[in-house]
Amino acid sequence: MAKITYIQHDGAEHVIDVKSGLTVMEGAVKNNVPGIDADCGGACACATCHVYVDDAWLAKTGDKSAMEESMLDFAENVEPNSRLSCQIKVSDALDGLVVRLPESQH
Amino acid sequence: MSAVESGDLNARIVIAGAGHAGGSVAAFLRQYGHTGPIVLIGEEPLLPYQRPPLSKAWLKGEADADSLALKPADWYAEAGVSLRLGGTVVKIDREARLVHLASGETAAYDALVLATGARARTLDIPGADLEGVLSLRTAADAEQLKSALGPDRRLAVVGGGYVGLEAAASARALGSHALIIERESRVLARVACEVLSTFFQDYHTARGVGFELNAGVEAFEGADGRVTGVRLADGRTVACDVALVGVGAIPNDDLAREAGLDCANGIVVDGQARTSDVRIFAIGDVSNRPLALYDRQVRLESVPNALEQAKQVACPIVGRAGPVPEVPWFWSDQYDLKLQIAGLPYDADRIVVRGDIAAAKFAVFHLKGALLQAVEAVNAPPEFMAGKQLIAKRTPVSVEKLVDPTVSMKDVAA
Repeated sequence: MAKITYIQHDGAEHVIDVKSGLTVMEGAVKNNVPGIDADCGGACACATCHVYVDDAWLAKTGDKSAMEESMLDFAENVEPNSRLSCQIKVSDALDGLVVRLPESQH
Repeated sequence: MSAVESGDLNARIVIAGAGHAGGSVAAFLRQYGHTGPIVLIGEEPLLPYQRPPLSKAWLKGEADADSLALKPADWYAEAGVSLRLGGTVVKIDREARLVHLASGETAAYDALVLATGARARTLDIPGADLEGVLSLRTAADAEQLKSALGPDRRLAVVGGGYVGLEAAASARALGSHALIIERESRVLARVACEVLSTFFQDYHTARGVGFELNAGVEAFEGADGRVTGVRLADGRTVACDVALVGVGAIPNDDLAREAGLDCANGIVVDGQARTSDVRIFAIGDVSNRPLALYDRQVRLESVPNALEQAKQVACPIVGRAGPVPEVPWFWSDQYDLKLQIAGLPYDADRIVVRGDIAAAKFAVFHLKGALLQAVEAVNAPPEFMAGKQLIAKRTPVSVEKLVDPTVSMKDVAA
């Protein structure tokens, strides 16, 4: 279990307990956090679950696959700390994680 | 009769159909601040769930029921969405603005959303009712298929569409034999270009899947009530332990027809998913909708389409600006292949291939003059993403750059 804070582009915060084994995307979608649509359900095919990972957490969320990199390359409002949240697995080590949502998903 | 007042956060919403489309309308309404009652009626006994994994990750045992559910059970209670699972709408009373359920219950609406989906087309041939002759639309169908697969079981697939190809790939992963029987001369004949058809057939063949092309199916043969083979039009019988029929779907528009709504290959709607009754919307597989980008009316069967239309409905109800016209897109996973398709190749007069087909990393671009209409990308996310943007922009594309591998897709799209 990890407590994850999702911050929408307008500043609204959603603090959610997400079970280990789920992805950061699933934690949002299952709790109806606005701004993470995840059209493809986690197949890394659509880039509609784009988040910015707070710098303090970047190392802990792991590396991007080549597939994720190339999807992100063409997403809107990409920053160095951009990730596709369907590719980040939740574990106890991510307790306290903070992610922000881009303007394009507002 | 006036339309549901825009921005009426207390409007009573009834949603007939609790699939991906119906479940998503409820979710978007609550995300957008709608506070009125929502009744969500679904024929299946299950909470709204994702269907795409049924032929992919779920069939291979890589996903469980919880992960398929759009939302967990508590969410509906917390969000005040009343579920009527196992419920069937039998009649719409447009005058009284009521739906009647088979149980005798009624539900009153200010806005009604029809998200009744599509059902699998079946074959009207001898033996079609044998045990082990299956379709793949629902979780229950998928359970049956999964329980029939395993090491050395033999799967016969009638229909070389996406469902059939995905099921064959999953069957191979489970150690089963798979044979695809297709009436046309190539797989994916109705949904993809020849380059892609040939590539997928070769890829499946190299992984042990058999093909019978140009092959009609006469009958399913059986013993003790269970399927044992498929008899082809040329008289041969191919043996199988289970047969999957994947020959398309039929929109569930009967309810709408009986209510007098305009229907033509699905329920006809406008760009805000409104039917010919201003208080009734139709979305997802059952709807026949305009595609602004192509200036056409089409019926699409895809999750992105269902989500798009769910937003089209939810936005005006809460008084929010609707989504910008989208580029339709589709995806499929087979083996280690990720196929992503953006757009539809209407009126395309030229096909351009970029990348290396032999290395299973390429994209097929469909152009109408200098305009990009569609792209089919295999393990090529940049081509898909840039292609999707180019299709939306409607600006001329340089074919010279497109075919030049030294020019990045960023530069092609710039």
